[in-house]
Amino acid sequence: MTDLATLELDLINAIGGAESVAALEEVRVAALGKSGSVSGLLKGMGAMSPDERREQGPMINGLRDRVAAAIAARKAELEAAELDARLQAERVDLTLPARPRRKGGVHPTMQVMDEMIALFAEMGFAVAEGPDIEDDFHNFTALNFPPKHPAREMHDTFFLKPDPETGERKVLRTHTSPVQVRTMMSQKPPIRIIAPGRTFRKDSDATHTPMFHQIEGLVIDRDIHMGHLKTTLQTFIARFFELDEVQARFRPHHFPFTEPSAEMDIRCDRSGGKLVFNTGDDWLEILGCGMVHPNVLKNCGIDPDEYQGFAFGMGVDRLAMLKYGVPDLRPMFDADTRWLAHYGFSAFAAPNPASGLS
Amino acid sequence: MKFALSWLKDHLETEADVHRIAEAMTMAGLEVEEVLDPAAKLAPFTVAKILSAERHPNADRLQVCQVETVDGLKEIVCGAPNARAGLTTIYAPIGAYVPGLGVTLVEKPVRGVVSNGMLCSASELELSDESDGIQELPPEIPVGTPVAGLFGAEPVIDFEVTPNRPDWLGVAGIARDLAAASVGKLKHFDIAVVRGAFPSPITVRLDAPEMCPVFAGRVIRGVKNGPSPAWLQKRLTAIGLRSINRLVDVTNLIAYDRARPLHVYDVAKLVGTEIVVRAGQVSAETAHIEGGEPEHLIALDGKTYAAAATDCVIADAGGERPIGLGGVMGGESTGCDETTTDVFIESAWFDPLVIAQTGRALGIHSDAQYRFARGVDPVSVTPGLELATRLILDLCGGEPSEIVFVGEPPASPAPFAFDPAYVKRLSGMDLDDDRIGTILGQLGFLVTAGPADQAEPWTVTPPSWRRDVEGRADLVEEVARIEGFDSLPDTPLPEVARPAGGVLSPRQARVRTARRALAALGYAEAVTWSFTKQSTAVLFGGGDDRLVLENPIAADLDCMRPSALPNLIQAAARNAARGFADAALFEIGPIYLADGPKDQRTVIAGLVAPHAARHWAGSGEDALFAMKGDLTTLLEEIGAPVASLQLAQGQNRDWWHPGRSARLQLGTKNVMVEFGELHPRVLKALDADGPMLGFEIVLDNVPEPRGKGGKARGSADLSAFMPLTRDFAFVVEDAKPVGDLVRAATGADKALIAEVRVFDVYRGKGVDEGFKSVALEVVIQPRDATLTEAEIEALTAKVVAAVEKQGGKLRA
Repeated sequence: MTDLATLELDLINAIGGAESVAALEEVRVAALGKSGSVSGLLKGMGAMSPDERREQGPMINGLRDRVAAAIAARKAELEAAELDARLQAERVDLTLPARPRRKGGVHPTMQVMDEMIALFAEMGFAVAEGPDIEDDFHNFTALNFPPKHPAREMHDTFFLKPDPETGERKVLRTHTSPVQVRTMMSQKPPIRIIAPGRTFRKDSDATHTPMFHQIEGLVIDRDIHMGHLKTTLQTFIARFFELDEVQARFRPHHFPFTEPSAEMDIRCDRSGGKLVFNTGDDWLEILGCGMVHPNVLKNCGIDPDEYQGFAFGMGVDRLAMLKYGVPDLRPMFDADTRWLAHYGFSAFAAPNPASGLS
Repeated sequence: MKFALSWLKDHLETEADVHRIAEAMTMAGLEVEEVLDPAAKLAPFTVAKILSAERHPNADRLQVCQVETVDGLKEIVCGAPNARAGLTTIYAPIGAYVPGLGVTLVEKPVRGVVSNGMLCSASELELSDESDGIQELPPEIPVGTPVAGLFGAEPVIDFEVTPNRPDWLGVAGIARDLAAASVGKLKHFDIAVVRGAFPSPITVRLDAPEMCPVFAGRVIRGVKNGPSPAWLQKRLTAIGLRSINRLVDVTNLIAYDRARPLHVYDVAKLVGTEIVVRAGQVSAETAHIEGGEPEHLIALDGKTYAAAATDCVIADAGGERPIGLGGVMGGESTGCDETTTDVFIESAWFDPLVIAQTGRALGIHSDAQYRFARGVDPVSVTPGLELATRLILDLCGGEPSEIVFVGEPPASPAPFAFDPAYVKRLSGMDLDDDRIGTILGQLGFLVTAGPADQAEPWTVTPPSWRRDVEGRADLVEEVARIEGFDSLPDTPLPEVARPAGGVLSPRQARVRTARRALAALGYAEAVTWSFTKQSTAVLFGGGDDRLVLENPIAADLDCMRPSALPNLIQAAARNAARGFADAALFEIGPIYLADGPKDQRTVIAGLVAPHAARHWAGSGEDALFAMKGDLTTLLEEIGAPVASLQLAQGQNRDWWHPGRSARLQLGTKNVMVEFGELHPRVLKALDADGPMLGFEIVLDNVPEPRGKGGKARGSADLSAFMPLTRDFAFVVEDAKPVGDLVRAATGADKALIAEVRVFDVYRGKGVDEGFKSVALEVVIQPRDATLTEAEIEALTAKVVAAVEKQGGKLRA
């Protein structure tokens, strides 16, 4: 074996035997460093005769190249092993729990309110508002409840203490209908509005709370008749319950502020302890409605010979319960965090026509 | 109100069954609450005959009977002492539900002998309250006859009458509507005039015609009062009334039959010969005292009532002695009983508002009060009296006097012009004029051709019992409900242009955004009462007497809330009491500053009860600053001018922790938000364990974003140059708000300083007592070119100068 071959074998063994990047660097310096063994051979080529150089040169250069390549390969190997070892050491236990975040949510009544507003917005209704504390005129008189009339008693009205100076007794609005009055008194027909909000009646049992939510609707124009009322409400209720259609009936009723007046029922079956629409022999009352009474139009400065229209009102909390299977009304207003987590809606469930109502 | 089917059939010829009638009533506007059909529960029971009865082998008191039944011969065990061979009785098969026992029969041995059914008593079938043994029936009734038909147990309809239709408080009125709705044919019967044999010895004086404008009466002498005959008792008890005696039962019968209340007085108990109808007054005994005591009266219900000047009183003894509350209830002193021989019948008309008021004020309700308060047909005064006379003569005998009739009935509803085309215009229903006229006619309206100079072709006069009808819309309702709302056309609303920017006002849109933003930030939305307790309202700056309810639902809900926080605090406390102390709640709703229409505000209120569970990685962010971060995010989401908001500390109102709360304001006049920790004193008063943190944004105070330039945004200012940062540490007095230093540093060069971050606040070794070191990282964003060292030097000098102006000293 030539000296060169021996040197190469030794170097290759040393490279293979280097167990760390630092040890490998020592081998590299000993071979290829300034005074390394291979570097010495390269330097020695300067003193050779041209013939010697022609013979030895390629062999020495080849040795250098192979050693350098072997070092690079070994280095890559060692670095990969070191990275593996480091990553192994960095292991964490991912079965540990993350820091918990509170789960927020939207109240079902408010979700349903948003749904209703979205549906009516599509039908061209604007949103009107009015105060919760009303005067007798807006809550009753303008709506054709004559003073002292027994119909007023049906409302279980909350009264504020009489004003010490005027003696006037304000009321908590018993329905959202005063917003009709405020709207008609402040804007000219055509009118197409809904008015959602809080309403109050002195009533408290399993199905009544002293505060609840209504959504009122009002459409006034020259030629609006009861057929419009029927189709509008049937369309709305079907869309609200996300059904293709609803089997509804309109049943005559009495409200002082509408004439004719009706209540709308949906066909349903409750026999299985579950509410199923459009089947069975039962009827579920959904809302009250009617053609705005000519006296109401007059009281609001609208000529009943020129304009007419319909109004409706429905309980938002109750419709939320029906749609989303909430069994009891009272917990709606109790703010039990467990109840809110169960019946609440995601922040991102905002109703829209593309993905649906909730 | 209730009626039995047979009663209706007195007025209506119909083959319709009770369910069809209930359906027709519903669709005509009478809200049927319940159809009670005793026949349905009697359906399984039939007549059977006992062929033999032998003692049970294992029980002395039981007998084993061979019974001929509809199902053939059955062996039935019976414990009734009267079970005997030859008895015709009632048989219940296996599987029948026995209503009086509340059990369904199953085939099982009784002391070793299988009983194949049951023999029943009347009480087991709920046909009577008590029974002595099994029912004994006449032997001629064949085996297999349904029991339902034997006992006259007939269906009863229970329904609600809306306040506009007092005529529906009589069965005859319902029959009229049902006839119009084609359920049957109305039976008319004339009420015969009964000629009086002598002048009425009792006269009537009306001293309060505004309360009682008309009063008719007559005496019938020589009557024989006593228990009513079975048919009358049955008729009354079937609808839940108590049979009292013939005279009283006649008045109740006519009240329910004709919606015509009457009253009967025992003439022997009257003092004097004159009945006076007047307003309530002070009692004679106390009339001499200033103010006096109101007169008192013991009514037929045995209770004593004080009559005020707003109540209508019936009096005798020259008007001195109150003997009844007119239109409401008679007095005990002159009531008719078994001993009555001479009776005075009253048929009057009382003003609905007076009667409603008396009912409310005295808390007294009767069938008469209910009817008069809603409005009785004034024309029924005389016919009602004649009908009562006829019935009393039939039941009690006697001799009637002439009628005494005083006053004038109120005017009947006035005729008005009507164009039948209005039916289509308002209801959309296309009916021909004949049909419209027929419906109105069947309901008792008089339809005539209008005068030549009238634009509308018809003149319509409502019947005297329809005082609710006052105009053309009412007529459309009559026609539409009788034709049936099922015939309404389907007409979509005409398309209208939608508002280009959506239908919500900016404030309404903000409420929506805030709701979704807070939900995303981990807050659960609550909806709580608009009320609170007055003393609680006072704690939160409210509680004005003008916001206190006169009739609260509960003593602790008697005042309109000045803030949504107390309800949220109490909600969190309730959750804690249930074992769930950690809570983040919010509510978007009203608060009430005063009682005017413009005094209501919408607030976005949040409440955090920070009780995070322990975590293996240690405690997380400080709860107060976490909430401040949520609040800032929320304000940005709703487009509040966050950059211009000033934070002021130490000025919050009483319910906040004085050192751990602040307000965000635009100048001192517009405080938009208060936030921080709630005052422990307030939490204690609300029985809530602290700490609790909260915020309340008065949404009405958040200015709407300006700029009418549409929705397009200005061009983005994205610098091409790397930002660089420089750190500073300043020593300032401990009391100095860090925010002041940040604002000063930020303002040192508005063009180049993009942000100032606080990365350390240090007190202790190396910093003098009463001072703190605040470390700031200033982010410098070069705009047009990379900054030179000299420029950076100049900028840092400006930062140092600005902060030193605030009392900060650059730390060496």
